[in-house]
Amino acid sequence: MNEDNAAHVRDRVDAIYRSDSRRVLATLIRLLGDFDLAEEALHDAFATAVEQWPGKGIPSNPSAWLISTGRFKAVDRLRKSARFESADGEVLDRLQARETPDHGEEGVEDDRLRLIFTCCHPALSADAQIALTLREVCGLTTEEVARAFLTPASTLAQRIVRAKSKIRDAGIPYEIPSLSDLPDRLDSVLHVIYLVFNEGYLASAGPELTRESLSAEAIRLGRLLVELLPEPEAMGLLALMLLHEARRAGRTSSVGDLILLEDQDRSLWNREQIQEGVTLVERALTSRRIGPYSLQAAIAAVHAEAPDTASTDWAQIVALYDVLLKAEPSAVIELNRAAAIAMRDGPETGLQLIDKILATGELVDYYPAHAARGELCRRLGRVSDARAAYTRTLALVTQEPERRFLERRLMELDSRR
Amino acid sequence: MKYLCLIYDNESEWQKFPKEVQDKYMGEYMAFGDSIKKSGQYVGANQLQPSHTATVVRSRNGKVSTTDGPFVETKEQLGGYYLVEAKDLNDAIQVASRIPSARSGAIEVRPIVERNAA
Repeated sequence: MNEDNAAHVRDRVDAIYRSDSRRVLATLIRLLGDFDLAEEALHDAFATAVEQWPGKGIPSNPSAWLISTGRFKAVDRLRKSARFESADGEVLDRLQARETPDHGEEGVEDDRLRLIFTCCHPALSADAQIALTLREVCGLTTEEVARAFLTPASTLAQRIVRAKSKIRDAGIPYEIPSLSDLPDRLDSVLHVIYLVFNEGYLASAGPELTRESLSAEAIRLGRLLVELLPEPEAMGLLALMLLHEARRAGRTSSVGDLILLEDQDRSLWNREQIQEGVTLVERALTSRRIGPYSLQAAIAAVHAEAPDTASTDWAQIVALYDVLLKAEPSAVIELNRAAAIAMRDGPETGLQLIDKILATGELVDYYPAHAARGELCRRLGRVSDARAAYTRTLALVTQEPERRFLERRLMELDSRR
Repeated sequence: MKYLCLIYDNESEWQKFPKEVQDKYMGEYMAFGDSIKKSGQYVGANQLQPSHTATVVRSRNGKVSTTDGPFVETKEQLGGYYLVEAKDLNDAIQVASRIPSARSGAIEVRPIVERNAA
């Protein structure tokens, strides 16, 4: 066999795994009626692809090929299974009754939505919902999910196993909730999607600052939700994600270094995404049910529409944070509000607010709090305070680009001494 | 699938209700029971005597010990159950949410282990 060809096919299989494995899995779960069985089938299908594609060529519709191969392998596995007489026999009967699985794009999209609503079912604990969605819908490894949760990988793995066995044993259906249940079920889904987006936008650790496919995945799920249920908060979340995503190209330099909002080249921002985000925020804000996602999106829209930091409408941003704090009191929002007040009223006022938050004991291990503190001290010329704050931040960050940014800041401070 | 809907409610509160409130409650239970019989979801149901009538039995090394009272003391006591047939958990939750005590107490929905007669 031609080794170059084999290597090329392997690369393609890897690429298809990254782009399509979750879609294939979502459909296999529907066809096989079981998460574990579907995961085994997914593995088998990709293993078969690696074996067969170098010789037979890559099929024209790889996902459809993977779905039918996975399904076939699962049936085969069940046939050979020792428990064939009992439970597996039933599954087998059910599978064989459905000879024509739906491979249409529409059906595949629905399957992904089924998967996310199942993973976010309220009968699962909140922790389990998030873990399962990141693992099953987004295809993160257990280790990546564990890092996002700041939880040991073994705990996470067990959480996922338990959640899957609850889905199976308690009979949680693989379906999109009925319209009457949909609003209630939406909240947990939105929360999970936002966490997925953040995992892509601010990946929790490692050399890459962003993981575009994850954010794109979250945006895609957000779009699908808005289409299905044009609820204001679903629009608000989608707008929020788009408005953050629009700034992606401006956030990092060509060598992957972090660039602060005030220093970003705003011509790099994606105007199309901003326009779409702003339109969605406006739609969300005209409803009478304005929630936290819409408010955060409104704040992001003010930033996105400003030509630079100086001419940003900080008063409006502070006002929006005030409303947001009422809707959802949290120390992180207070911190952001303090940073906005620093821009409106000067660094001294902002610093006092941040110190007040830190004095409550909240956010003492939250690096953005120390980074914001360092920045304000630097602007005030309080070099040694800034140094201390940046050193503290450096001890808390896990990401390479942020580490480099902080090291640069510290060096600049050294040269000012 | 079959689900056992365990009804937990505060029985001392219940005993304090005037007769007409209790009757109204019982009427609601009758109506609920009729509705799930009509829909074909009813498998079985019973109301339990109050928890002070409970006896806890254990057998250890062939020695039987008998103690008074429910297994655990809680604010809400197991007062009865419905065994229902439901399509899936969502369906069972829908049924459980209509049990009158869902409004005052809580319903625990537990799937029944299905054993194949192989």
